[in-house]
Amino acid sequence: MSDSEQHDHAHSHAVPLHILMGVILALLVLTFLTVAATWIDLDEWNIWIALGIALVKAAFVGLYFMHLRWDNLYHGIVLVCALLFVVLFIGIALMDSVEYQPDVTRSPTRNVSP
Amino acid sequence: MSDAAHSDHPAHLAHHFETSEQQLASAKTGMWVFLATEILMFGGLFCAYAVYRRNNPEIFDIGHRYLDANMGAINTVVLLLSSFTMAWAVRAAQMNQRKLLITMLVLTLMGAFGFMGIKYVEYSHKIHLGIAPGSFYDPHVDEHDEAVKEEATPEAVTQAPSSKPQVPATTPLLPADQQSNIAPAHAAPLGMVAAETEPHDAHGKYGGGDHGHYATQAELDMAFTFFSIYYLMTGLHGLHVLIGIGVIFWLIRRAVRGDFSSEYFTPVDLGGLYWHLVDLVWIFLFPLLYLIH
Repeated sequence: MSDSEQHDHAHSHAVPLHILMGVILALLVLTFLTVAATWIDLDEWNIWIALGIALVKAAFVGLYFMHLRWDNLYHGIVLVCALLFVVLFIGIALMDSVEYQPDVTRSPTRNVSP
Repeated sequence: MSDAAHSDHPAHLAHHFETSEQQLASAKTGMWVFLATEILMFGGLFCAYAVYRRNNPEIFDIGHRYLDANMGAINTVVLLLSSFTMAWAVRAAQMNQRKLLITMLVLTLMGAFGFMGIKYVEYSHKIHLGIAPGSFYDPHVDEHDEAVKEEATPEAVTQAPSSKPQVPATTPLLPADQQSNIAPAHAAPLGMVAAETEPHDAHGKYGGGDHGHYATQAELDMAFTFFSIYYLMTGLHGLHVLIGIGVIFWLIRRAVRGDFSSEYFTPVDLGGLYWHLVDLVWIFLFPLLYLIH
């Protein structure tokens, strides 16, 4: 982000077309990869691979389509903080759920139909 | 407001801003803060998903068989392409290319409509099977067995051209609650993973699935929370797409009117940011809902 300075006054910094083309190509390839990754069975690794690919795709969209690479660093921090809070939220909820799941697994409501 | 008094003050520039650059930077900061709240709102639903999946992995395996991965993949591509045309639209606005801007916005709009069209096909197919949200959840696989098979066959063919023809169930399925015990979290795949993932295994270990990659009535009855989560996540996302359609319409109207130039393209830029966020959410929704292994 060190080059954000020099773009501060480049009011209409337009992303070069070849970068946009390259990014959409990468996104399509990654979409294919994430589908292809389900063809092989890697147990619990499948979901982490899927999430990893999704994160790479999100980074491409954020950095290039949303201009974060050339934008004010503050906007990137806002985005990353939001994501961190979501991870914190889900992480702590999961820890709690793992902790108490044995107590509720045998709960009679578990297999009741609606 | 910007006439005689300040002759060098362009019409788009609010009087409390020094320059167009400052105005755009402020607007962008506001937009990013809004996008952060959007991420937090979706985060709540992702949390519900994570906790419920962690505790009931087998129900996600049942539920996701009713999501067509091909439809999801096509929708992913449609949304990615519309994000691309939106990024190009912003570039066109920045470079004073009015016709190109309008073209790109119209293409983006078509992508949004295409996405909603495919979503409509998916939703109506599920609702036809009684897989409706919330208290309307009333799946009927057994009673309407034939109808379901007819519904299922075309999809099964497109998804797994090499898979064996539909075979009737040979082994009675275990009661649902026992299944969830013998097929815990990270055990070997249940064999009933979607037909397109393992064509030769599709009717395997799980006890001869009677609908190819589809589930039995008892299994489906258990999956109502999965579909509530599915409808809430895709529904909230779909609502964002609908709002995006409205925003893009508005942008096209203003672009046709000639409001935008390399000096003033804030609405295009912010609308683009919003549209890319809708794309970002879908990038995570697609593998998490459609590609469960």
